[in-house]
Amino acid sequence: MGQSELEILLEAPITVAALKSMIKLPNGETLNAASRTQTIMTAVDQEMVDDSAMVSVASEVAFFPPVTGG
Amino acid sequence: MYRSILIQADDFSLDRALTELKAQSGLAGGLCFFTGAVRNSNLDDAVGGLYLEHYPGMTERQLDQIVDEAARRWQLHGAIVVHRIGHLKPGDNIVLVAVSASHRGEAFEACEMIMDYLKTNATFWKKESIPDGHRWVEARSSDQAKATAWDA
Repeated sequence: MGQSELEILLEAPITVAALKSMIKLPNGETLNAASRTQTIMTAVDQEMVDDSAMVSVASEVAFFPPVTGG
Repeated sequence: MYRSILIQADDFSLDRALTELKAQSGLAGGLCFFTGAVRNSNLDDAVGGLYLEHYPGMTERQLDQIVDEAARRWQLHGAIVVHRIGHLKPGDNIVLVAVSASHRGEAFEACEMIMDYLKTNATFWKKESIPDGHRWVEARSSDQAKATAWDA
């Protein structure tokens, strides 16, 4: 997403999908829209999750492309 | 069961890993080692080197969970996983997976499963230097298929 860190204040827990619709890429597209054309993986508190997972107000969330180690 | 999971910039030694596994995990009859090295070409381009980055904290947890999964499936005596990060040249070692078990079958299978899961579940990313500049390496669907096959 072209950014290493971003702080978002949440008043209540929300789903990963809802969070993705709040975050915009440099081209103005939301992360949610972008995930329809590319694979964007999500980790909440360092565990891989899908879009239905909940994000709490103190969660650490990471979005990244498919991994390519090994 | 003995386990050691390391993410480091430094190279590793197969000899030392063998000695460590033998010393720490008892008398195992089968020890299987896999080492991945940097290739000098990818997608028809010459590759001058790689830069590897990872998600500190999460990567160690993922590797730990992958070893847990292998230990759940096979009776293992020990497992060592070492993954390098930072700048690497063609021919350099990238990854080591070493597994010891009572017999070779378990060691072979566990080593392969750990590698297949690592390719798709551990949070590492590679950027390669090519004649035109740099590019992030894209995930291969064949790697995903290999990892998924273990879940069948």
